[in-house]
Amino acid sequence: MEGREVVLPTVSRVALCGGTHGNELSGVYLVRERLKRKVEEEEHISVVTVMSNPRAVQQCRRYTETDLNRCFTHATLSGPVTDKTPYEIVRSQELNTLLGPKGSPEAMDLVCDLHNTTANMGLCLIAYSDCDWISLHIYRYLQMSDIPVRFIHFDLPLNEAYSLDSVGKHGFAIEIGPQAHGVVRSNILSTMQEGVQQMLEWVRLFNSGTPFEGGKVDVYTMVKNVDYPRDFETRGITAAIHPQLQDRDFCLLRPNDPVFQTFSGETLKYTGTEPLYPFFINECAYYEKGIALSLWSNAASPSPHMALAHSRAVPDRQETRADTLLRPEGARWTGAR
Amino acid sequence: MRKKMKKALEMEPVSLPAQSRVALCGGTHGNEMSGVYLVRELQRQKLEKAGSVTLTTVISNPRAVQVCKRYTDMDLNRCFTDAILSSPVTDATPYEVRRAQELNTLLGPKGSVEAMDLVCDLHNTTANMGLSLISYSDQDWVILHIYRHIQRKITSAPVRFILLDLPLADAYSQDSLGKHGFSIEVGPQPHGVVRADIFNIMKEAVDQTLDWVQCFNSGSAFEGGEVDDVYTFVKSVDYPRDPETNQITAAIHPQLQDRDFCPLHPGDPMFLMFSGEIVKYEGVEVLHPYFVNECAYYEKSIAFHLARKMTLTIPPLQVKRD
Repeated sequence: MEGREVVLPTVSRVALCGGTHGNELSGVYLVRERLKRKVEEEEHISVVTVMSNPRAVQQCRRYTETDLNRCFTHATLSGPVTDKTPYEIVRSQELNTLLGPKGSPEAMDLVCDLHNTTANMGLCLIAYSDCDWISLHIYRYLQMSDIPVRFIHFDLPLNEAYSLDSVGKHGFAIEIGPQAHGVVRSNILSTMQEGVQQMLEWVRLFNSGTPFEGGKVDVYTMVKNVDYPRDFETRGITAAIHPQLQDRDFCLLRPNDPVFQTFSGETLKYTGTEPLYPFFINECAYYEKGIALSLWSNAASPSPHMALAHSRAVPDRQETRADTLLRPEGARWTGAR
Repeated sequence: MRKKMKKALEMEPVSLPAQSRVALCGGTHGNEMSGVYLVRELQRQKLEKAGSVTLTTVISNPRAVQVCKRYTDMDLNRCFTDAILSSPVTDATPYEVRRAQELNTLLGPKGSVEAMDLVCDLHNTTANMGLSLISYSDQDWVILHIYRHIQRKITSAPVRFILLDLPLADAYSQDSLGKHGFSIEVGPQPHGVVRADIFNIMKEAVDQTLDWVQCFNSGSAFEGGEVDDVYTFVKSVDYPRDPETNQITAAIHPQLQDRDFCPLHPGDPMFLMFSGEIVKYEGVEVLHPYFVNECAYYEKSIAFHLARKMTLTIPPLQVKRD
């Protein structure tokens, strides 16, 4: 893989999405500020800014009926819509029309979805592929700045990828924590703004012909989830994350390390045989999904040399459709037409 | 120092009845999880007596706990004023008002001789407040002696006392139902999340409270003296907001975030606007912020409270012998 050069088309159409979960506020305020400001046209790049789940944002809740960020599988996107269809599924199909269709040549070149977590994860890029060279090069570029950043990926084929970022030709989520849901912390917001700026800067450089060297980057791959111990009858949790594991995301968890502390004071240990890296330790929204923490393996992923192919114009038909859908939801089309 | 000690010694010793009936309440806000799990654990252990103390444990707002939200119709912990407790109940009455009246029957009636001796209400905050005891009287010697006891015994978190200067009829929180009452507030913890370290601090505070009460009931004499780190509420400060949409236009400044109880001087930064400007504190008096960036207070138009720091003198205290 090293030494191989990859040539890809310009990343001319970028979507920046916030409020996919309505109570993850860094993305909500970042998107709101971008929509308010009149962003000047930029060379080589068009950015559409979207508030993904306006109803959930309005209520400051993760979702109204079902988690929007699980609604982007091919199956859900192509399902029939009736009066009983949950709001978020109707919305995911709207977003697929706006930013996709997923898997087609009309889809956005890059979809970047903004999230927060209550876990102490710092800045993470999350993708469903470990060979999306655009995403991996952006990751590498972010690594060169002062922000500590990690790349984690769920190994999923495109049609099973369920998150909003899978709608674009390339895509990833920017996840930053720790931040309580419903709260906006200034330093977390600044980190997210810087991450978005660095990402757009890479895209501009790439589109203007800058070649990017290949090399190795560290990525984490999802292995399994671990649930809380629960009461057999009530299904209520009977323990919290152990103080020695709490806040220690991406610190290696070894067999027999403490994992949980029961409410009666007992320590429960990690019974797995393989040391793994924990992420999403004590994420608020995952209690209802049966996840106390998830465990990941770590390996170096090769990223090839990257160079630019010829530019291509954005077709007119695409702009009109986007404009019609953008206005009711308050997004704005900015940048080069 | 000698002058202050003399003042304390000059205070007449106080004797008060035994605190035999204690109520411990969790889930007054359904997404403040330490209290929910602590009360559930005590109920699982079937803990009804602790020495001389008869303990009543209550999940205050079961509907809100069920959906893991602060409240369903309205904030339960604002429903305990005399006015709301005596208001007529109709079909339109919010759930939490009806529940407040039920709790008043169970733990009160507020202001009467049948009320619980001590009501202790368990809360969490997203603010970096460590362990705070909150009460509405600066002359409830039982509460202040419990505070001093906890302050001496607990080293795993800073311990402070917050005073809301309110007459009993206007006191709106659940702890005002008892003859004596206070809230235990522990943070920072995101709502909907239970952290073991925060749970452990709350459990320690409850254990020390029951420990003090049992010592008191058995006749121990508690010397008078000074209690410091007492903060009296002065006023609230809201976020800068867009006049049309009412949405916030700034976040707590990084130099104020997590600095609950640290002094705020004139000219210190309070907010960092999303557009980049800094909003500074323009008051004249040095005050102490708390509940800095509490999630539930955005909708109440509160970015933080400001308090004056003071020291209180408490008299010697002993149980009244019959």
